[in-house]
Amino acid sequence: MRNVVLFAAMAALFILTGMTQSWNTSLSILNMAVISAIMAMGVNLQWGYAGLFNIGVMGFVALGGLGVVLTASAPNAEAWNAGGWRIVGGLAVGIAALALLVQAWRRLTGRVRTLAMLALAVIGFVAFRWVFDAGVTAVEAINPSVAGNIGGLGLPVILAWPVGGLLAAAAAWAIGKTALGLRSDYLAIATLGIAEIVLSVMRNEDWLARGVKNVIGLPRPVPYEVNLQRDPGFVAWAQGYGFDPVTASSIVVKLCYLGLFALVLAAIVLLSELALNSPWGRMMRAIRDNEVAAGAMGKNVTKRHLQIFVIGSAVIGIAGAMMTTLDSQLTPGTYQPLRFTFLVWVMVIVGGSGNNWGAVLGGFLIWWLWVMVEPIGAGVLGAITANLPEGSWLRVHLQDGVAHMRLLTMGVILLMVLRFSPRGLIPERRGR
Amino acid sequence: MDLLNALVAFANFVFIPAVAYGAQLALGALGVTLIYGILRFSNFAHGDTMAFGTTLTILITVAMQGAGIGFGPLPTALLALPFAIVLTGIVLVGTDRAVYRFYRKQRAAPVILTMVSLGVMFIMNGVVRFIIGVDDVTFADGERFVIGARDFRDATGLAEGLAIRTTQVITLVVAAIAVALLFWFLNRTRTGKSMRAFSDNEDLALLSGINPERVVQVTWLIVAALATTAGVLYGLDKSFKAFTYFQLLLPIFASAVVGGLGNPLGAIAGGFVIAFSEVGVTYAWKKVATYVLPESLAPDGLAQLLSTDYKFAVSFAILILVLLFMPTGLFKGKSV
Repeated sequence: MRNVVLFAAMAALFILTGMTQSWNTSLSILNMAVISAIMAMGVNLQWGYAGLFNIGVMGFVALGGLGVVLTASAPNAEAWNAGGWRIVGGLAVGIAALALLVQAWRRLTGRVRTLAMLALAVIGFVAFRWVFDAGVTAVEAINPSVAGNIGGLGLPVILAWPVGGLLAAAAAWAIGKTALGLRSDYLAIATLGIAEIVLSVMRNEDWLARGVKNVIGLPRPVPYEVNLQRDPGFVAWAQGYGFDPVTASSIVVKLCYLGLFALVLAAIVLLSELALNSPWGRMMRAIRDNEVAAGAMGKNVTKRHLQIFVIGSAVIGIAGAMMTTLDSQLTPGTYQPLRFTFLVWVMVIVGGSGNNWGAVLGGFLIWWLWVMVEPIGAGVLGAITANLPEGSWLRVHLQDGVAHMRLLTMGVILLMVLRFSPRGLIPERRGR
Repeated sequence: MDLLNALVAFANFVFIPAVAYGAQLALGALGVTLIYGILRFSNFAHGDTMAFGTTLTILITVAMQGAGIGFGPLPTALLALPFAIVLTGIVLVGTDRAVYRFYRKQRAAPVILTMVSLGVMFIMNGVVRFIIGVDDVTFADGERFVIGARDFRDATGLAEGLAIRTTQVITLVVAAIAVALLFWFLNRTRTGKSMRAFSDNEDLALLSGINPERVVQVTWLIVAALATTAGVLYGLDKSFKAFTYFQLLLPIFASAVVGGLGNPLGAIAGGFVIAFSEVGVTYAWKKVATYVLPESLAPDGLAQLLSTDYKFAVSFAILILVLLFMPTGLFKGKSV
């Protein structure tokens, strides 16, 4: 009952935004809120189900976005002929060298091992750079002002969502293999680092997705506003209901997105709930609550941890791909840990860790707040500063500071929830 | 002669910057490691604590400059530093009272405290941005160089110049003083000894009548001093930017973990290990190599192992290697 009231209140917030500001604003907040809710569910899978402290969310979101570019953008055959295969070869050499290193570590012992590993590392690195660098130079030289990258496969953009999830899952598997045996806060530091590295790769490897030069104009799964406005049938339909065709077109496009996103959200909520209530979900909670006891019952703790880490990251990757699709551009320069990692964590904690509905509610509520804090804060500060003389230093400074109110608010909310309601708005259901 | 030139180039571009950076990381890592040892959680707000302390220093520096107070050839910020340390200390102790103490009383799991520190991080980050904005701030004044590159070339007749910036010397001197004071405090004073006892075995320490609240308070004060000093030195050496300080969290954690969390000596060693690897791997060795190697072997490219943008990857790789092969760090740290 309480949950229904909470979700109704949330819906009322969005309706209120629509009525007081505009339906366009409300819908665009709602679209991102759905994506945020999916990210929050990914984190909830890892933290709420299994107690894994992953603060590399940003990296998986960005990998999802990369998935969109690699799947949906136009193919660049010229670049592949010039050096694309050479890059692939270089990467293969690098992976082979790593595999050899691991084998050397496992098979050899003593001083032979140290020497062999050193030699392998040096030779592997030199070989990798020798093959790889020439390919990169060749690819980046092709039409650098608009392309200079290997392009994508030109597939429908919806396919990019699972691809983004797969990319994130693959990265999560590699991280999990190395870092999951470690203590909880070591995993946190490791994931924090991985996210930074993923982002620095995406910013610097121009051959991949143009780096900070950004990929813009990615294909969309929904019609373009301009085409709708040109379509006489649509214009007549909009005017028939008394809408302005321009506003109507942008609202229809947003509604189309919303429909697609809601489908994904519903599917993920359904699957997560089924998983949570299955024997597998009970096993996960048992492992979370007492690893030693679960291990004694014959559960493979490390394997299950790896499994759920990969699944959760894949969900985050799907959300990342959806976000890039919504923006129809990939801008690696704009990914920041505060926005993409820690904000998602606030969503999970506020919503209620361990409860999927909680994560969804947290995603909606916190995203709405994140967007609305700025106008609300501007209003409040405007009222406070109204009595200060026009152009005074303090007044200008306070009004400039509005932009930073968000972080402050989120911090306060997080601390308040952790202190007074540590189980969140919709707590985990126990005792089933 | 070539060998000398190579040495000078090495000192100028690798050794001196890495030593200064290492000292800054070491101070930062000491703060993280102390919190970990005494309060037993990873403090993710540390980078922003550094930023907060530095912000206060900058404000006081500006006020001092306005009042015409200077420090001769040294940066005014050094005069402002003690005041900023006191203020930061008050804020940290206040934060502990208002936020962390509750969870300590509850004996909450370390991961909960870490999460709480995320909230503190948000707030501090917001406050810093609110006060000083997100732009680069340079606040170093006074003499820029101890030895300028041209003076060095003129004096020695070598082709390579060696520049030593004032801020680099100050970093080393101040860091050395801070570390000496810290170790004197931990090893010689009663409070310091009780801190170490508390870190080694909480129950025994409580049994022998050590007041935990006092230990925690003193720890926060020391951490405030270390974090503010580290932040100010880094800001003097490079520049102050709220976001950069947040990102420093990764190399700082890497230093603390590499040295062994909870072990002060390890934090210092870790800081230098990380700094030297970071600078060494991202430096373009072409210049040094051309001096040392015969002409036929001289590299065509920059001889740079990784581009500078991958410096995080270096700290991270070392972190992972150490965690996998010696989980308690180079010096024996603790694991909770």
